Amino acid sequence: MTKSFVGNVVLRGASLDVHPGEVLGLVGENGAGKSTLMKILAGVHEPDSGTIEIDGAPVTFGHPIQAQQAGIATVFQEFNLLPERTIAENIYLGREPRKGRLVDVTGMEREARSLLEGLGITGLDPARRVRTLSVAEQQIVEIAKAVSLDARVIQMDEPTAALADHEVALLYDIIGNLTARGVAIIYVSHRLREVLHLCRTVTVLKDGEQVDTRPASELNESTLVRRMVGRPMSSFFPPVRPGTETGKVRLELRGAGNDHVDGVDLTLRAGEIVGIAGLQGSGRTELLEAVFGIAPLTRGELLIDGVSVTVGSPRQAIRHGMALVTEDRKATGLALQQSILDNALGVVRSVFPGRTPAARRDVPGLLGSLAVSARSLGQEAQFLSGGNQQKVVLARWLTTHPHIVLLDEPTRGIDVGAKHAIYEVMRELAAEGVAVLMVSSELPEVIGMSDRILVMRDGRLAGELPAGATEESVLSLATGVGEVAS
Amino acid sequence: MSITVRQGRTLSSTTIVFAVLVLAIVAGAIITAVNGRNFFSIGNIDNVLTTMTILGLIAVGQTLVILVGSLDLSVPFVVSLASVTAGGIMAGQTGRIVPAVLLTLLVAVVIGLVNGLIVSQLQVHGFIATLGTGLILSGYLASNFQGSHGEAPRAFRLLDATRIGPVPIATLIMLGCAVLAIVMLRRTRLGHHLYAVGGHAEVARMSGVRTATPIIAAHVICTVLSAVAGLLLLARLGVGQPTVGSQGSYDLMSIAAVVLGGTLLSGGKGNIVGTLAGVAIFAVLDNVMGVMQLNPFLKDVVRGTVIVVAVAVYARREIDRRPARFGSASPTPQEVR
Repeated sequence: MTKSFVGNVVLRGASLDVHPGEVLGLVGENGAGKSTLMKILAGVHEPDSGTIEIDGAPVTFGHPIQAQQAGIATVFQEFNLLPERTIAENIYLGREPRKGRLVDVTGMEREARSLLEGLGITGLDPARRVRTLSVAEQQIVEIAKAVSLDARVIQMDEPTAALADHEVALLYDIIGNLTARGVAIIYVSHRLREVLHLCRTVTVLKDGEQVDTRPASELNESTLVRRMVGRPMSSFFPPVRPGTETGKVRLELRGAGNDHVDGVDLTLRAGEIVGIAGLQGSGRTELLEAVFGIAPLTRGELLIDGVSVTVGSPRQAIRHGMALVTEDRKATGLALQQSILDNALGVVRSVFPGRTPAARRDVPGLLGSLAVSARSLGQEAQFLSGGNQQKVVLARWLTTHPHIVLLDEPTRGIDVGAKHAIYEVMRELAAEGVAVLMVSSELPEVIGMSDRILVMRDGRLAGELPAGATEESVLSLATGVGEVAS
Repeated sequence: MSITVRQGRTLSSTTIVFAVLVLAIVAGAIITAVNGRNFFSIGNIDNVLTTMTILGLIAVGQTLVILVGSLDLSVPFVVSLASVTAGGIMAGQTGRIVPAVLLTLLVAVVIGLVNGLIVSQLQVHGFIATLGTGLILSGYLASNFQGSHGEAPRAFRLLDATRIGPVPIATLIMLGCAVLAIVMLRRTRLGHHLYAVGGHAEVARMSGVRTATPIIAAHVICTVLSAVAGLLLLARLGVGQPTVGSQGSYDLMSIAAVVLGGTLLSGGKGNIVGTLAGVAIFAVLDNVMGVMQLNPFLKDVVRGTVIVVAVAVYARREIDRRPARFGSASPTPQEVR
């Protein structure tokens, strides 16, 4: 079984071969082109050039269904499941078995059960609604669906990102079970230890190019990281501004918790940039949401400038000098149909109406210093590029002159230039004595920008690392998989 | 290999709506008794069932449309149109009953097809699409019919007058349609795909479902059931009435009954049984308020309150989709097998 591509800008001439019964690891930094490659194989995107061959015969996919029919199934991080339907109904959606004219519900559930048992899963009732399932169980349903499609290649995107340890062991069993039947697995993961343990062959992507493919036995974690990163990171992140001083404690949490995070002790000082790392679902966003009053703390204490305060809503948080750049700028960061000016003044107008005229005067200069490229202040935010949108989000908060800035994935999905501009803003804020708390999934970013790194796992702080910690040490804290010498 | 299971701790919407129905019946029985009458008398039950029949038919259709993620605001005008069309063709002659019924249903199919095609092919939300077709129908009715039109022959009026025990034939027709709809939803691919498209059209499409088919089918079934309701109203009144649908506010009342029955207004979740219970709650309320001789304004206040409270109760259960990881409210994981 062979597949090869020559791809587009995101993907430059990457190719890979998968053999029956093999687990192929696909690794690379965020933006290296892994997702693009997966989506091409899943039939979501079409390649600009290049071919996909199955058993030597070239195929083209115009629709995800065609990829499935050709035997390639994909388990995305965002599951394609209907929460209100049962396990069996989800597995057989679009192919419901019938007896005469009617759907054979009991037969369908029986088949789903034997399918799950074939994967080594018992105790999962096919009549249960998917919404009642844990993330691990939903993933099992996705895999079962792939198996029921007679998939010969199953792609898995970060399958262990949201799983607990015993669930990871279960996934390994399932993967072993599948490869024994001759199914090939393309396994995309940031967890290098896992990839080395699970995969026979590993392909490394960097900046859209395939830099290496070799047997896992010839690799170890540090050689992998070197191939993945392959460039000095230090030059990319601007240095700390001269004169930046770590001052008094701006924000402190003592034993803080709510439904999603627990037992968080944290101090954030003026002039500091503190990074929060952790796997997806580890409670990073939830921690920021708790501090900002979106899901207020129900336990413990929150102190601002040494004074214990209650933050029961974002409005109160803003009044206490906080700002939150959310991870989804289109949904919660901006009013897309409003102008750049209205967006930049959105928070000031509603929370500090008296300061609006002054903020209005500041906006042009602020946007200029952020290097927002737009036709006019009246342009609607939806027509800006992702990077410019993110700068407008920053402007929206900087007009409030915050003392504590919370950033959730501040550079997600934006180009390198805009990333750099946002890093500069963070350094500038720190120099002005603002305390910055940043959540990011990109380890180089966390490591390159933070004065200290807090690592979260399962809704709690798993530990703290100094500036310049290695990716391995962050990952081992995040996964809870033994310490790595660093 | 064992799996950790979180036990569901909230009641299903259908359980709640039936609890409310029982409560309404008990309260109704007591209030009726205080007013010196018997809620469970044949006459009174007949009154409740008659009220249920028309709204029930329309609400069953509306359930399908809402489940698939659309809405149908044209139903009252389809009801009126069916009543005047069939009444006009029958013109009091028994021999014309069959062609009149068939032609009326054909008209309904066409309207439903138009609604479904606008929603599925032009990507116009059902709210707007059926607002448009409804307006067109209402304009046609207003400019072509003044007062009652046509006449139902005696044989057709028997449809309303005949009872099996205490149950009117018309109610049986409604229940029959409801049962067919239930079987369709539970046991046919169309039904399964209807839920899938309403739940997440993209997921359905990625699984190979033709997403237009359930949308069009739901709209056609809804207008056909509305036309059947119009025919039953013709049988009851004896003449076609161009305003009979809008007077009943069947658009909003049917949507209210569906939502009261626990179906998500955004689609993908819900069932016919809940809708029937929702319709029954409205029928019992109307009956009891009739016995109490409440003024019309108070009746509407009660109806409105019931709808808002019900949806508020459901909404509380839908808000937090992310399960709690910590805290007393979090369900204890249980190990099974």
